Amino acid sequence: MGNEILKRKERLDRGVKVRTDTVYAVSSWQEIFFLLAPRLVLVVGLLSAPLIAPNLYWQKVICILGVFALLSLGFDFLSHFVGLVSLGGALFIGVGGYISGICNHYFDLPIALSIPMGTLLGAILCTLILLPTLPLRGVYFAIVTFVYPLMIERAICAADVLGGTDGITGLTMFGNIWFSQYIILGVVLFSTFGLRKLVNEDIGMVFRGVKDNDQAIRASGINITLYKALAVFISALMGCFGGAYLTHLYGWVGVSLLATDFSIFPLVATAVGGPSTLVGSLIGCIILVPISETLRAFGSLRIVMYSIILIFFIAYWREGLLNWLIRKYEQSEHWTRV
Amino acid sequence: MNKDLLLRVENLNKSFGGVKAVRSMNLDLFKGDILGIIGPNGSGKTTLLNLITGFITKDSGKVTFSSRDITHWPAHKIADAGLVRTFQIVRPYSSFATYKNLIPPLFSPRNRRTARGRLGDRDAVAIDILEEVGFERESAVIHKLAGTLPLGYLKRLELARCLAMNPELLCCDEVFSGLSMAEIASMVPLLERLRRNGITIIMVEHRLRELFKIANRLIVMNFGEKIADGIPHEVMKKDEVRKAYLGEESAL
Repeated sequence: MGNEILKRKERLDRGVKVRTDTVYAVSSWQEIFFLLAPRLVLVVGLLSAPLIAPNLYWQKVICILGVFALLSLGFDFLSHFVGLVSLGGALFIGVGGYISGICNHYFDLPIALSIPMGTLLGAILCTLILLPTLPLRGVYFAIVTFVYPLMIERAICAADVLGGTDGITGLTMFGNIWFSQYIILGVVLFSTFGLRKLVNEDIGMVFRGVKDNDQAIRASGINITLYKALAVFISALMGCFGGAYLTHLYGWVGVSLLATDFSIFPLVATAVGGPSTLVGSLIGCIILVPISETLRAFGSLRIVMYSIILIFFIAYWREGLLNWLIRKYEQSEHWTRV
Repeated sequence: MNKDLLLRVENLNKSFGGVKAVRSMNLDLFKGDILGIIGPNGSGKTTLLNLITGFITKDSGKVTFSSRDITHWPAHKIADAGLVRTFQIVRPYSSFATYKNLIPPLFSPRNRRTARGRLGDRDAVAIDILEEVGFERESAVIHKLAGTLPLGYLKRLELARCLAMNPELLCCDEVFSGLSMAEIASMVPLLERLRRNGITIIMVEHRLRELFKIANRLIVMNFGEKIADGIPHEVMKKDEVRKAYLGEESAL
């Protein structure tokens, strides 16, 4: 105070972002590039990752990253666009993985059939078993999605079916590491851009309306439960594909596919990357999965690390990385005198 | 009367615990009516609307709309049939741009069955409807997030959301409350225009002066019961209405 010159930081939207949050006006090649550049960086970066990966171990990490990215995208979509807080990662992975494994082991279906079967049947099954909780508001959905995988795990071990604690071994594997990497990266990119398109379409406004104000959706003559079920189905499709993919990546399916990690990790990735952005959860995975791999020596202590990161982001940086980046990218800042 | 019956409520009852919120309500509503429902706070007006539109379950009674028994229909199915309501406490989609608030109703099965939904660009239809209720087409307001709008706009947005449903019967729950005199004055012609366009309207209202300008029929409720029913100015002359509405002392 006193004689000091007071300054404050002034933030202005860049010209390309006119009037409002919803309308862009593109008038030059620079502006097209301005909008396209971040998307290109993401696509090219992801597609070139397999070429950069130094060895087979890190190439496998890319595969796992893809699976976690699908789960995180599904989590962000369900939680922040439809209002269903989902802890169903393990459920989707487990159900998709086991169905695909069963198709391959007991019915001798090739990968080209067992993965689509695991994805589709798994998503239908998951949606059906979650259906009773959909008319309810509140935490019930989160609880039930969390409890199902625990229940299935105990049931498989106790009844000693589907391979029991050992799992089903000797399943068909992808064989080619390049194929395994690019198929999952392709699905991740397709899901990311597909979901982003979906939530901005007219049907997306209904999904987001269910979260924002479900009574107004009812008053608009729309069945909320139907749309919640549809959203769960979409999310389950992605998760079950991840499960089916993992099964054939390892050539094995077991109760570790129902592990709690699959449910918790998407929360952390989304909190880090930036909630309600979809792409943010993918970026969260790109950051966290490699870190998590380098810390593999710490074993189960890694869940402690997840928890600490989660608490930090929830308490001190709710917007997450991507929302912060978007703000920096779309606004110019400079100091002005007050 | 040779007018068409649109809505019939027969012996409708609802209790919350020991409180009889609505009791033995009977009501016939004809096409083209503007029906005002008034009564002191807590007399069951909003509960009656909630019962008719299916947002709460009925204890007993029967509701018929366009010759269909809608008593046990869920809320979304009733809205789908063309019986649409505003909420007393405005319920915008706060995180949407204002014009995007009309996308869910325009995307609803009801609209997709009719020509309006096939017009293609729902955004454009939404902006047309907003203009109809008094938003300026060229202003930035319709692109702002609905959560940032003042109450006057939000009340209009509630109406717009209902109009986007292409309703047959529109239930307005206190659309005037919380508005300035100027805002109300501009809303009255809007409602009259809707009636001319063939929409039947039920208005739960506390602002009597403005209500009497447009309503052609009035129901007075007290303690969940209908105590009067008729032409507005005749109804207000009744002794029991004055007592219920203005208190014992004021009943001259």
